[in-house]
Amino acid sequence: MPDRRLVLLALLLAAAAAAFLLIGARGSWSFLLAFRGQRLLALALVGAAVGVATVMFQTVSGNRILTPAIMGFDALYLLIQSGLVMALGATAYVQIDPRAKFLAEAAVMMLAASTLFAALLGRGRSDLYRLLLVGIIFGTLFRSLTNLVQRLIDPNEFAIFQGAAFARFSNVDTGLLAAAALLVALGAGYGWAARHALDVATLGREAAVSLGVEHDRLSRRTLIAVALLVSATTALVGPVTFFGLLVASLAYVLFPEPRHGLLLPAAALIGATALVAGQTLFERLLGMASTLSVVVEFGGGFLFLFLLLWRRR
Amino acid sequence: MIAVENVSHRIGGAAILTDVSLAIPRGGLTALIGPNGAGKSTLLSLVARLTPLQAGRVTVDGLDVSRTPSRDLARKLAILRQDPAIAARLTVRDLVGFGRYPHSRGRPGLEDAAAVEAAIERFALGPLAGRFLDELSGGQRQRALVAMTFAQETDYILLDEPLNNLDMVFARALMRALRALADDAGRTIVVVLHEINYAAAWADHIVALRDGRVVGTGTPEAIVSTQALRAAFGTDIEVTRIAGRLVALHHA
Repeated sequence: MPDRRLVLLALLLAAAAAAFLLIGARGSWSFLLAFRGQRLLALALVGAAVGVATVMFQTVSGNRILTPAIMGFDALYLLIQSGLVMALGATAYVQIDPRAKFLAEAAVMMLAASTLFAALLGRGRSDLYRLLLVGIIFGTLFRSLTNLVQRLIDPNEFAIFQGAAFARFSNVDTGLLAAAALLVALGAGYGWAARHALDVATLGREAAVSLGVEHDRLSRRTLIAVALLVSATTALVGPVTFFGLLVASLAYVLFPEPRHGLLLPAAALIGATALVAGQTLFERLLGMASTLSVVVEFGGGFLFLFLLLWRRR
Repeated sequence: MIAVENVSHRIGGAAILTDVSLAIPRGGLTALIGPNGAGKSTLLSLVARLTPLQAGRVTVDGLDVSRTPSRDLARKLAILRQDPAIAARLTVRDLVGFGRYPHSRGRPGLEDAAAVEAAIERFALGPLAGRFLDELSGGQRQRALVAMTFAQETDYILLDEPLNNLDMVFARALMRALRALADDAGRTIVVVLHEINYAAAWADHIVALRDGRVVGTGTPEAIVSTQALRAAFGTDIEVTRIAGRLVALHHA
């Protein structure tokens, strides 16, 4: 029997999706449903992927404050992207099949994330301050390198790159939807398959090893899965720094027990609902007076400070 | 049998263990004693593959700990480290349930539920079973952790200073429980103890470490003597007999 809290979250998502599709609907239904339906799928996919990635990341890194985005995962993605523009030139960059390019970028991203972050997170993981520092340094390094590359490339190339560099919920790149869905399915699928081992990993590395979980291998694979999820979401909507933190924190409040069989679906549902409902609110009801990403970053930033200053154990 | 062969370990530039060879027999209760920094905890975590071996070899019943799959080893050997920091919000019953993971792989059956209840019963945790770990005192938490280790139902149980935070009632109860595990269930218990009198009273074998080397192994009769304790601790401790028991007068 499914958990009642999960059923409730699923109903909320269904309501948000219905509102997104139907509010202010005018004109041909077939066009409308196809057009809005694609964007709905993209938003739900991104929200779910960010939620799942954050919970998985926080479990293996043994903290509930840092997220893949704060650790610079999506900055790394943008760096790879800008590096490609520079290496290939704008014309070639635009001419590559976007899906092939996307999958290639995801592969590079997985490689980088698994070598870089797995080496850092493997042993000294209990030290939150060290992690935080490493994350900030890497995030800044990746962003600065990306800036440097932007200065080196010519204005046409820059314009093309810039399209990828900002969070944009209103104008989702639906061309990549199928490829992104594939990556999200792979990443989230791994999390689901490893859910029991992830439960044990919440006890900490030593207790997990003692209980027969190959903790180092689990961490490495989980980080690869997280890299997949982050690649997919960054490609679709651009970087969102604090959204994952909001979603994961909410999931822990609703599901205090460390059971990833519940936590992962919950984070996915909460993330999807938050993005779909938020976008409906801004687009349909507030007439685009503000953008969702600004509000998400604002609220998430406050939550981050709150967790860091008052809730640290 | 746990066989430690020529194990050396360095952390940074410091030698923690130097060419340690040791055989801990199957069955019975073995106490590891020695001053702070002697390498007791490091030795224990090397045996339990929590720290990768740098030099030497450790086998448990012939299984090489650096080659045997972690999962197989988890059904042979359980370890409880000093004060593991558990960030997750867990009830005592959930925590003890994790001890069943090597057997259930996350899908607990009736047998697992029975083992969890037995562990809760044995360590008198019944009234606390529904409480969250962060609502317990240090000693209650320690008992819950030992119960988790017990629920793992392994032949070998390694405990790193399990008496930390326990009052004398529970310290004695825990040693009695460990003794019973060794005697009735044929388990092999290896325990790091700071209080030499607990080792004298409950252990079958004592291994004394100092500065990363084994400086004495033997029965309590052999090790708990002024001379042998000087070798381990580098200070004179008077040993006497009270009511037929060896007692080290180290506290005054």
